[in-house]
Amino acid sequence: MNQLGFPILTLMMAIPMAGAIACLFVNDKSARSIALIATLIDLALGIVLWATFDKIQGAQWQFTEYAPIFGRFAWALGIDGIALMLIMLTVFLMPICIGASWVAINKRVGEYMAAFLLMEVLMIGVFSAQDIFLFYVMFEAGLIPMYLIIGIWGGAERIYASYKFFLYTLLGSVLMLIAMMWMVQEAGSTSIPVLMAYDFAPQAQTWLWLAFFASFAVKMPMWPVHTWLPDAHVQAPTAGSVILAGVLLKMGGYGFLRFSLPMFPEASAQFAPLIFGLSMVAVVYTSLVALVQSDMKKLIAYSSVAHMAIVTVGLFAFNQQGIEGAIMVMLGHGLVASALFLCVGVIYDRLHTREISRYGGLSINMPKYAVLFLFFTMAAVGLPGTSNFVGEFLALMGVYEASSWVAIVCTTGIILGAAYMLYLYRRVCYGEIVHDDVRAMPDLSGREMWLLAPIAAAVLWMGVYPESFIAPMRADVASLVARVDRAKPVGDAKLTAGKPAAAAEGHAAETHETPAEAH
Amino acid sequence: MIQLIVLFPLLAAIIAGLGNRIIGNVPAKIVTTGALFASCALSWPIFLSFVGGDATPHVEPLFTWIRSGDFNAAWALRVDTMTAVMLVVVTTVSALVHLYSWGYMDEDPDQPRFFAYLSLFTFAMLMLVTANNLLQMFFGWEGVGLASYLLIGFWFRKPSANAAAIKAFVVNRVGDLGFMMGIFGTYLVFNTISIPEILAAAPSMAGSTIGFLGARFDTMTVLCLLLFIGAMGKSAQLGLHTWLPDAMEGPTPVSALIHAATMVTAGVFMVCRLSPMFETSPTALGVVTFVGAATCLFAATVGTVQNDIKRVIAYSTCSQLGYMFFAAGVGAYGASMFHLFTHAFFKALLFLGAGSVIHAMHHEQDMRYYGALRKEIPITFWAMTAGTLAITGVGVIDVFGFAGFYSKDAILEAAYAAGGRGQLAFFVGIFAALLTSFYSWRLVFLTFFGKPRWAASEHIQHALHDSHGHDDHATHGHGSEEANAPAQENAGHDAHGHDAHAHHASATGTGGYHPHESPWVMLIPLIVLSFGAVFAGFLFHHSFVDAEHGAEFWQGAIAFNTHLMHAMHEVPLWVKLAPAAVMLTGLAIAWLSYIRYTDWPRQFVGQFGVLYTFLLNKWYFDELYNVLFVKPAFAIGRVFWKVGDIGIIDRFGPNGLAALVVQGGKLTRRLQSGYLYTYALVMLLGLAAAATWAIAR
Repeated sequence: MNQLGFPILTLMMAIPMAGAIACLFVNDKSARSIALIATLIDLALGIVLWATFDKIQGAQWQFTEYAPIFGRFAWALGIDGIALMLIMLTVFLMPICIGASWVAINKRVGEYMAAFLLMEVLMIGVFSAQDIFLFYVMFEAGLIPMYLIIGIWGGAERIYASYKFFLYTLLGSVLMLIAMMWMVQEAGSTSIPVLMAYDFAPQAQTWLWLAFFASFAVKMPMWPVHTWLPDAHVQAPTAGSVILAGVLLKMGGYGFLRFSLPMFPEASAQFAPLIFGLSMVAVVYTSLVALVQSDMKKLIAYSSVAHMAIVTVGLFAFNQQGIEGAIMVMLGHGLVASALFLCVGVIYDRLHTREISRYGGLSINMPKYAVLFLFFTMAAVGLPGTSNFVGEFLALMGVYEASSWVAIVCTTGIILGAAYMLYLYRRVCYGEIVHDDVRAMPDLSGREMWLLAPIAAAVLWMGVYPESFIAPMRADVASLVARVDRAKPVGDAKLTAGKPAAAAEGHAAETHETPAEAH
Repeated sequence: MIQLIVLFPLLAAIIAGLGNRIIGNVPAKIVTTGALFASCALSWPIFLSFVGGDATPHVEPLFTWIRSGDFNAAWALRVDTMTAVMLVVVTTVSALVHLYSWGYMDEDPDQPRFFAYLSLFTFAMLMLVTANNLLQMFFGWEGVGLASYLLIGFWFRKPSANAAAIKAFVVNRVGDLGFMMGIFGTYLVFNTISIPEILAAAPSMAGSTIGFLGARFDTMTVLCLLLFIGAMGKSAQLGLHTWLPDAMEGPTPVSALIHAATMVTAGVFMVCRLSPMFETSPTALGVVTFVGAATCLFAATVGTVQNDIKRVIAYSTCSQLGYMFFAAGVGAYGASMFHLFTHAFFKALLFLGAGSVIHAMHHEQDMRYYGALRKEIPITFWAMTAGTLAITGVGVIDVFGFAGFYSKDAILEAAYAAGGRGQLAFFVGIFAALLTSFYSWRLVFLTFFGKPRWAASEHIQHALHDSHGHDDHATHGHGSEEANAPAQENAGHDAHGHDAHAHHASATGTGGYHPHESPWVMLIPLIVLSFGAVFAGFLFHHSFVDAEHGAEFWQGAIAFNTHLMHAMHEVPLWVKLAPAAVMLTGLAIAWLSYIRYTDWPRQFVGQFGVLYTFLLNKWYFDELYNVLFVKPAFAIGRVFWKVGDIGIIDRFGPNGLAALVVQGGKLTRRLQSGYLYTYALVMLLGLAAAATWAIAR
């Protein structure tokens, strides 16, 4: 069946499922423990998955499982390197979410933990589904626990926020379902790998692409369908924000990677300018909006939109650097945005406000917090040596090949990003302490250190030696690039050869025949 | 060995930064300072072996960093002449600054943090200068930017320090945008970002064109200019210079290390490192020359009217960087690097000297409240005089000169010899040299000569009040000058402190204040750097700029132009004498204005009020940028948020949809009237429609 001899993916979904059911029937204290243990087991299984994943010459789809359910609908699972990395992100963040809710959630703890565990099941399902309808079910069902988490354990405006969240995300997915049914009819298979290799007629691709785009653009979120995100983040409890920023936002990018690009290469090329346009607007627009926010969570939410725009431009760069960069941004942002939301949660738990102006001078009485917050701020700014830099750099370099305009506009994000993040950090951590209740805030507890320190380690690892993360997906991205190559748009560089005297060398460089070994 | 040189500061930074609560303050300081002296001790042999000509360039690979498709950027440490020069500059100045900070930061409660930042900076700078590919250079580039941000904002309770820190980071990011675009473009063109490979392939791309932002340009010009924008940001060249004067908010040792000797020279380093690439684009070199010359002139003019001792030196740095750039622009990369080398010593010396003055004057930085300090702090005085002699370029041809004499004259002569735009740069440089001499001597005369004007200073009054406000201030330690002084003297302070009330009204006089010479940990770095300022030019000019020895020394690390270096010696005699002439003129004007006829400056201000205000306000760059960029960014952000997101997207999006559903609900309620004939009518209409469709199809 697979290299392990047991259905590890099903097991990774079964354990949190069992935990979720158990949580509903026990008291608060046990619910917390059950949730933590279930998520930690999943993390351990995830490490096994990563360690046994054959990244050198393994098949594209590994750990595959197949069990027919009815008709064409089947319990078909399997992962490639891209899915592996996103599953790792999920199982890594889940125990942290449970830890973040340890004391902050006091009402309906069992249901809350069950919702989170169910979410983990569905997220792993999304990333490992090989049946298009199974994917759809997981993809849409993922809304429900999130909807509940915001609607029940959220802040004062939680109903409006959860309504907005649900409305936006559902509308897109209806169109996607219709497109999926048509595709299955046309190709005669519900298997994602089969569909990925099927060549749809270019005219059909246009409509199918748009239908999928409606769903993924909302999930990303892309401008102008991003306005649910700030509200959802602001109202969600800390752990809800973490999982929303950390994993749910990655589903849109994953959808583009798994469906739009390989299944509709021509349409993707045709619509790349649309993606570029929306993303360029998003980078500048949401960065400027982030600059004027007075609510910490809103600020970080808007910055997420800007970062996700880098993902979309990278994906539609149609080259290895762009796509690998986009995935690295997804992973890096998953870690860094999660950590930033945790940082907000830490001080929210103490003062119960997200107003930036209520804080100030935290470096004085919370030095450990200040150090970690600074670290994650710098990671969000994309400092080399942290996870985000690797992704942003590769994605922007990839898109430069397609269009220098897109690259330069999106690269302004590094200036604006520095401005709003450092401005935030200054207002929260620097200056004198002016409020007495702020002065009384204690530094990070042991539990909080345990939530943030692992993320910091991962961010650094990903920034200094990203090879661990890029290597498993290299072959998969390469095959995707090969798949879309026939539709690849021509870049705007159109380099000409150098002076005739050295024409041979210049030609070699121009046509990319020289292997680049940067030593 | 190179691995250790780079690794020591990083380890020290980690130990001191994260472990200081465990190991304590003093061990944290010992670890960082010790690590830097160790790095320094290992660096000099490398440099000297390159000077001796018995070292060969090599690369020490470490491990993969980013690999994606054909793109491959590895961590590696390159050792060649360029690196060797920078190694000694960085580790020497850094080690001395670490030592100096023992004294200067003595009373600060956050010392381990300070030393950790300094070491972190040194690590990042070393990564920058040892980079073998553009991406690692960018890593170092951003790393020093981070350290600079942290150190400018070291006193994070001060709003002005925080603002300056953010400004430094964000303005540098504007440059980084260019640098990143330059890397993207370089990869697109050459399919590699390895520096040696790019430099080897660059000549073959001369004359090719590339599409960029919708138009077609010369490929190498685009790449070089994009990279140069990065250099402009880091090296505070005109347009992107506004952060450097504000960066003086940081502690003075930081200004000496980062904002004078090392980090700000990274842009020059980059242009020289990539010199074979820049050589392929005359247009880019022209831009480098003009920007350098313009900055050189601009900063020198502003430097002449500043009152803050650190700001004078900051503008002086900006101006000297301009010299380095136009030297590079005319093809005299050796001279550019030579000036970088000597400037590091004398400018660090001037800053640390200024720090010693500030320390003695109880954190007063305004030169208007100085005066007559020559006798009070003699070692500082002599050290700063050495620095001033070096920066103004005092020397006698073919006999001996201070450091700046060799490097600055080499730049000016090379500019003249290069002809064309170089001659323009030469005249600008000569005029700036006049201003340099004037503001440098002005600084010395205002600080060390004339009558004391201390009494009017708030800082000094603070010191005096404090010192009689407490009984036991020797242990309390308001200024380490007090803590280090004998108890006898402190008693004297008290007495003077009482007297001080009587002197409040007068603007001049000592006010009863006694400046003290700094402790030895601060004076030793001054003395060591003084030797550098005096001898660095004399000892090494053969290696850096000599037509015969230069090529052997550089070993191809820069595009060393032997021809230009020869031509440099053939310039007319007046060109060789001009720098000395303007130096003496500047000295004379400064002497006349600030010692002989002390009301001249006031008369000048009265006569040329507009010009003075224009210069004092730094050509209004800050105000202009505020109006052009900062305010609009916030205003547009607010519009996007309130009008775009809330007013349009939400209103017509989800909220509009909700309203529509409510309306729709009302409508359907009306449809469900319960009357049978309504239903029958609808059914009939539907049937008719279906039949029509079926037939018409």
